[in-house]
Amino acid sequence: MTLRRLRNDIAGLLVALVVALPLYWMLLSALRPRAELEAGDTTPYTLTPSLDSFRRVLTVDGFGQYLLNSALVAVVVVTASTLCAFLAAVALTRYRFRLRTTLLVMVLVAQMVPVEALTIPLFFLMRAVGQGVPELGLNHLGSLMLVHTAFALPLAIWMLRSFVSAVPRELEEAAWLDGAGSLAFVTRVLFPLVAPGVVACSIFSFIMTWNDFLFARTFIISAQENQTLPIALLSLFKPDQNDWGGIMAGSVLMTIPVLVFFLFVQHRLASGLGGAVKG
Amino acid sequence: MYLVPAAVVLGGMLVYPLYQLVLVSFFDYRQPQVTGAEPLRFVGWQNYRELLADAQFWEVLLNTVGFAAACVAGTLAVGGALAVLATRLTPWVRTLLFLAALGAWATPAVTGSAVWLLLFDPTLGPVNQALAGLGLTEFAGHSWTYDKWSAFGLVGAQVVWCSFPFVMVTLYAGIRAIPGEVVEAARLDGASTSRIAWSVMLPILRPAVTIVTIQSIIWDFKIFTQIYVMTGGGGIAGQNLVLNVYAYQKAFASGQYGLGSAIGVITTLLLLLITLVYLRALRRQGEVL
Repeated sequence: MTLRRLRNDIAGLLVALVVALPLYWMLLSALRPRAELEAGDTTPYTLTPSLDSFRRVLTVDGFGQYLLNSALVAVVVVTASTLCAFLAAVALTRYRFRLRTTLLVMVLVAQMVPVEALTIPLFFLMRAVGQGVPELGLNHLGSLMLVHTAFALPLAIWMLRSFVSAVPRELEEAAWLDGAGSLAFVTRVLFPLVAPGVVACSIFSFIMTWNDFLFARTFIISAQENQTLPIALLSLFKPDQNDWGGIMAGSVLMTIPVLVFFLFVQHRLASGLGGAVKG
Repeated sequence: MYLVPAAVVLGGMLVYPLYQLVLVSFFDYRQPQVTGAEPLRFVGWQNYRELLADAQFWEVLLNTVGFAAACVAGTLAVGGALAVLATRLTPWVRTLLFLAALGAWATPAVTGSAVWLLLFDPTLGPVNQALAGLGLTEFAGHSWTYDKWSAFGLVGAQVVWCSFPFVMVTLYAGIRAIPGEVVEAARLDGASTSRIAWSVMLPILRPAVTIVTIQSIIWDFKIFTQIYVMTGGGGIAGQNLVLNVYAYQKAFASGQYGLGSAIGVITTLLLLLITLVYLRALRRQGEVL
């Protein structure tokens, strides 16, 4: 019995090692001095770690700006989508009205729409919007904020719905008797109560937006200063002469925030909800 | 009232574009029309006819289905096996395994693709060097992305790496939720371990398995980033194209927006089909709407 457990443990450790290897290699290559890396040194450690690669991507390649852009888009999307989703979730759970079930099903279906297929029409929509309001059009971060707010909404509504419906009805009646109007109840009582749900759903929206590659690639065509991280990373790939140290340093910078947030929501991941944040 | 903001955003950014997508797919919409040099021309089903007559479209469709199927099978096999393994581990080993898996899961598609490319780099990558070190000298300088199938294999491995954790965590939770008495009772009745796994645990886990399978199908079918980054936009002569990348290239690289939209419509319809199956699976589990 113990022998079998030992065998299982060894297998488990080996698998964990293999699974962790790419991430370890990312960090290792980011810290390895450039000369060592380009000489094809693949010893699984480095004795002379240096932050040169990080310095290079941040100063020469302007990753500081891209990091800021990505963060800005993510923060706006998280705020806007969570707010809209919270209000919609309240409407869909606290009030009974015709079409309620239809709307819920539509939200679920919307969550499944392959947004990748919408690149083309959205591209033209953003071009049109840009003619009226340049800040929300192509080549501006506003376009990314707009589409990602929409893409984050269905999942956010779906998640918050369960939180809102868990708040007992009596509470609403009590608040009403105490003289709170509908709006006061929603903002002063309901919102604080579903705060954990709001945090979780914000994190999901953040990860989805932060990781986006396709729309950033499509919408930000020529405005170098408005690139987001994934595209900046791609622009480091050059035929034959990849600056792997720089690419890996950029990758580390981009991966760390997601990793941190993932640790926060890890206990919620086992359900179907976690499934929606890939890609 | 509270619904208005959400409805406006969803209507403008999801419903309207969907309508536009279908509309554009019926038009001759190319670069001249975009700049306004030529008027828009309604062409009916012609974009679709052109696609269906194009051998490359069928190849891409086949690539997509085959690639998605392989990725789903790989993800489920790895995730399922590790979920079972995880139930038999000492707690601290299990924690390590879950942490590693969480890391793989959290890695953004772009950075994950980048590091896999480095791992499998022809000259600088540790994989080739290790293989060459083991005496397989033909791997020194071997390019993994040159051959169509090895390129798909490499991308597939990356996809499995970053998507098996979802399957593993979900199924692990499912296995843990099976009451010990049920297994105990089966064992007392004389059922063998494999018999218990097949006839007792699998039926209980069926709903969870269905969900992770369909979720995996949906992701792997719409894969874009990994293929785009790792094969440099669809591989040599487009050998590694999948539907989403194909639509993107048709529209934004060769300026055939009408044709690209038609591909988008086809992708959407195929996914809608899968989604309907998914919804039915959810319903059967008693998810209340």
